[in-house]
Amino acid sequence: MFIKNIAQVFRELSKQKLRTLLTLFGIFWGTTAVILLLTFGTAVKANSSKTMHGMGESICVIWAGRTSISYGGFPKGRNLSFYKDDAQYLKEQVQLIDDISPQYTRQVPVKVNNKKQNFNINAVWPEFKEMRNMVPRGGSRFINPIDMEKRRRVVFIGNEVEKTMFGDEDAVGKLMYINGTPFTVVGVIIEKEQDGSYNGRDKDAIFMPTSTYLSIYGDRFVDNLVARAKDVNKTEQMKKAIVAAMAKKYRFSEEDTQALPIWDTTEADQFLNIFFNGFTIFLGIVGVMTLIVGGIGIANIMYVIVEERTSEIGVKRAIGAKKRVILMQYLVETFAIAAAGSVSGFLFSVVLIWGINQAPIEEFVGVLILNPAIAVTTIIIISIITLVAGWGPAKRASTLDPVVAINS
Amino acid sequence: MIKMENVRKVYDTGKIEVEALRGIDLHIKKSDFVTVIGPSGSGKSTLMNIMGCLDKPTTGEYKLNGQNIKNMNDNELSELRNKEIGFVFQNFNLLPYASAYENVEMPLLFAGIGGKKRKEKVEYILDKVALGDRMDHKPNELSGGQKQRVAIARALVNNPNIILADEPTGNLDSKSGREIMELFVDLWKEGNTIIMITHDHRVSQCSQRIIEIIDGKIYE
Repeated sequence: MFIKNIAQVFRELSKQKLRTLLTLFGIFWGTTAVILLLTFGTAVKANSSKTMHGMGESICVIWAGRTSISYGGFPKGRNLSFYKDDAQYLKEQVQLIDDISPQYTRQVPVKVNNKKQNFNINAVWPEFKEMRNMVPRGGSRFINPIDMEKRRRVVFIGNEVEKTMFGDEDAVGKLMYINGTPFTVVGVIIEKEQDGSYNGRDKDAIFMPTSTYLSIYGDRFVDNLVARAKDVNKTEQMKKAIVAAMAKKYRFSEEDTQALPIWDTTEADQFLNIFFNGFTIFLGIVGVMTLIVGGIGIANIMYVIVEERTSEIGVKRAIGAKKRVILMQYLVETFAIAAAGSVSGFLFSVVLIWGINQAPIEEFVGVLILNPAIAVTTIIIISIITLVAGWGPAKRASTLDPVVAINS
Repeated sequence: MIKMENVRKVYDTGKIEVEALRGIDLHIKKSDFVTVIGPSGSGKSTLMNIMGCLDKPTTGEYKLNGQNIKNMNDNELSELRNKEIGFVFQNFNLLPYASAYENVEMPLLFAGIGGKKRKEKVEYILDKVALGDRMDHKPNELSGGQKQRVAIARALVNNPNIILADEPTGNLDSKSGREIMELFVDLWKEGNTIIMITHDHRVSQCSQRIIEIIDGKIYE
């Protein structure tokens, strides 16, 4: 019965080629619009997020500032500093911290063979790697706990440093003279896009273990700390706890907002999320509007078809078709049009996405990927619109009075 | 087979009520061949619709095969039409895009009869109306008489108890009309119950019993 129904549907639709084709085009175009716009929105979001997370995901960079409230007998305007054991102290005091690392920075002359240039060196803990997205190139590594323990003279370098100092050669395993001291390069960072930075971009920097650094330079003060919360959503609490712990240690007011300036990248993340979700939803709505117009087209053609076949429906009812059978027939018919339109729209979108990805605009929109969520969302939206569009005409067909219908 | 007691049908058109049937008492036995004649507007179509379970009486009782149709819902009525009644219409009412075979097959589809049995039945019945060689023809490839024979095959295919024909020769030339009438007479002789509406007195001569309707009342 069902298969017979579908066969009949196609026969009936082929009678009205032009009208069916135009209706089909509405759904086709709507599907294409929804898929393309959603894909575009997602791609732009992913791209911005990628370049933003070049520096690290959901991290806090903490500096020692200057007090702005007098507290415990100290006047305001006192300069604060971080010391060697502050990172360890915070790790023990604040349970919400997942990872923390101190960061010492200094600019020093670097020499490889006969090339000489100044670079920023950063002394950090191995934990720095995960927090700040220090991804080593294949066959190389970041500094590790054994380096720390043995104070090895090893460095992890930015890809631009490698290019400048070693040219096209692979720097891993080679020696590099930093302030005259030989260091072995153990890793090179992969090329990454980075929007935000402090102390310069990672591609131009050199990283070494804090233990090695202190044994050579013996800095008193730590330049800054980098920390990440165990749960991204508790970053706010973690910041408060850090301020509280440091306020206790260095005797300043917990209310003092200038004592510990903190750069919280999750704030920017939140903004980005809200902005791009809004953007994607907006694009989605534009696409859905187009689909709705297509749906109105379907409803329209179905009403015309029902109108034209009133007498036929009457005959079918007279020879024993139940209301349900008539209803199903016209719903199936509606879905057949919608399916044909959306499948062709889907295929067209795939081709179009492929075409767009060939164009040199990756820097701005990233790579368009048709993800399953978008496909499923589109299918659901089309099904709902089709059901709504088809229900009216189908219901009308099934509730026609057979006596009136036969004689129309 | 058909039993009507004081059947009235009133159409409420909003402003005026039209009484199409004014108390019909009618009894039709199995294997009868009855013609219903009467001028247009006399109520014969209304009577036909009620007998065919397409419509219900406003008041009065209608029993088909002992079943009172008053309390039946739409699904039950559809089933009753499908199994008990075969309709033949004046203008054939075939589906234009479907072949003779597919047109005849339709009631069996609605009855949910399976593929092999369906094929047997359709082919048997089309042979019976002498259209065995025209099964794949579309209605527009058939003559008027042939179209009506397809319609009769469609009415017969589900072995109904009653064949209801509404002016079956009305749109045919006299030769085709005679052939169709011969077919009906043959079917009657095989034991089918036939009720036919007509205003052609020559047609009614073929039947066993003539019922005349004037202004919604029966005269016999």
